[in-house]
Amino acid sequence: MSSVIIENLSKSYGDVSAVDDISLNIDTGEIFGFIGPDGAGKTTLFRMLTSLLIPDKGKATVEGFDIVKEFKKIRSLVGYMPGRFSLYQDLTVEENLNFFASVFGTTIQENYNLIKDIYVLLEPFRKRKAGKLSGGMKQKLALCCALIHKPKILFLDEPTTGVDPVSRNEFWDMLGYLKNEGITIVVSTPYMDEANKCDRIALMQRGKILETNYLKNIIARYPGKLFAVKSDIMFILLKDLRDYKNSNSVFSFGDSLHYSDSRTDVTKDDILNYLKSKEHKNILIEEIEPNIEDCFMDLMSK
Amino acid sequence: MQNNFIIESENLTKKFGHFTAVDAISFSVKPGEIFGFLGANGAGKTTAMRMLCGLSIPTSGKATVAGFDVYKQTEQIKKNIGYMSQKFSLYDDLTITENINFYGGIYGLSKSKLKEKTEYLLDLLKIPEMHTGKLLVSLPLGWKQKLAFSVAIIHEPKIVFLDEPTGGVDPITRRQFWDMIYEASHNGVTVFVTTHYMDEAEYCNRVSMMVDGRIASLDTPYNLKKEYNAGNMHEVFVKIARGR
Repeated sequence: MSSVIIENLSKSYGDVSAVDDISLNIDTGEIFGFIGPDGAGKTTLFRMLTSLLIPDKGKATVEGFDIVKEFKKIRSLVGYMPGRFSLYQDLTVEENLNFFASVFGTTIQENYNLIKDIYVLLEPFRKRKAGKLSGGMKQKLALCCALIHKPKILFLDEPTTGVDPVSRNEFWDMLGYLKNEGITIVVSTPYMDEANKCDRIALMQRGKILETNYLKNIIARYPGKLFAVKSDIMFILLKDLRDYKNSNSVFSFGDSLHYSDSRTDVTKDDILNYLKSKEHKNILIEEIEPNIEDCFMDLMSK
Repeated sequence: MQNNFIIESENLTKKFGHFTAVDAISFSVKPGEIFGFLGANGAGKTTAMRMLCGLSIPTSGKATVAGFDVYKQTEQIKKNIGYMSQKFSLYDDLTITENINFYGGIYGLSKSKLKEKTEYLLDLLKIPEMHTGKLLVSLPLGWKQKLAFSVAIIHEPKIVFLDEPTGGVDPITRRQFWDMIYEASHNGVTVFVTTHYMDEAEYCNRVSMMVDGRIASLDTPYNLKKEYNAGNMHEVFVKIARGR
């Protein structure tokens, strides 16, 4: 069953096409990630799906309701956490929660079960003004407020941007818990490595979807062979591999380079012999499985 | 303190009331080094960086940046450093040329120097002439970030501070950005950089990790991985941030 059905959805701002003819389905109960850099169109798409922005073309339904005609239904069904902190800075933690609960005609107590695990972390600060919270705590409060009316589906727009790797992991753990509660989670992120936390992902770039699939399928569809290569002088290695006549792409990845070759039958020894002829020392070559960034960069350059 | 280091910090401390944001940090950075300044949110990175940029006076301790004292010579520090962050870089409602002129002007570049620099930058960044008169807002983010970096070093500072320069940037542009960092470093500019991308930590000559206001670890990525028995810098980060 699909929670979200998007058909040919488009939105432009003047000459800029922010969301360009997007179509896809999001299954009920899955964690679905929109992954792409700033300017990919993630926020515009989220604002349309939460009924805050009217599309130029195309249509979409959320939990069976049309995002334009039935916007009132949608607003009571979805939880939305915008990218920018948008709670009341001069209300306390508790006041913010009470406010959002009353807007949705509920109380903190009624749905306490859902927010309990997150709220206990906030509780020591419940009398503190939201504006005085640390980044991590603001994020937790925003999530609580988005959950207070027990939404069927949650839209989280870049919840982990600017957050350090450890705190990001903790946030994803919370999302896993919410998924087990049966909530469909739609999340956007510029961090490619978070793809492995999602069930399915859509890779986005300049308003378009490059590919929608399970991560393992995206990786399986990477064309050709990929190698991790190291030698003593990395920046000369980068240049030599780029100049190699069979080179398809060369990118830095941490302490090694990822090299893809235009030949399908290429072996480690072919590359090794070339690099030896260029007098590289301590050469290490290993055929590797591509990661999400390799796939994204490959799709981007097509 | 001697001047063979471009940054020297000794027990540098900043308190806000009873809260110690930066707790007696001591370290030094060599000229031309790419120095990664990592840590969890709230570990004190921004506060430390603000002191080193001459924007915040320390509570105690000593530090010099480009040979200037962080208490008494904050104006000289500002003239001798470059700064760029993801959040604040260039003006969206100015054109490329106007942005270059504006920042060059602020740093007191002469008219002839400014003209020469503008031509050099446009050529370096391979920005076609038809785009130089366009408002920045209409340019792809990748170009903006690269331009922002070039503008941050337009006055040829000895050191440039980069605060999460690649946040939200696509993976290809992110790597092109690091090519520029390498080139600057090769030309003798010291690069002091924060990032949340742990693969980028691998590109630094040395990396420091802040935890609760202190520097918990400082070494080359190679040595840190060895010390923490980790396969990559992400594992090192998690181990240090969680207290092993």
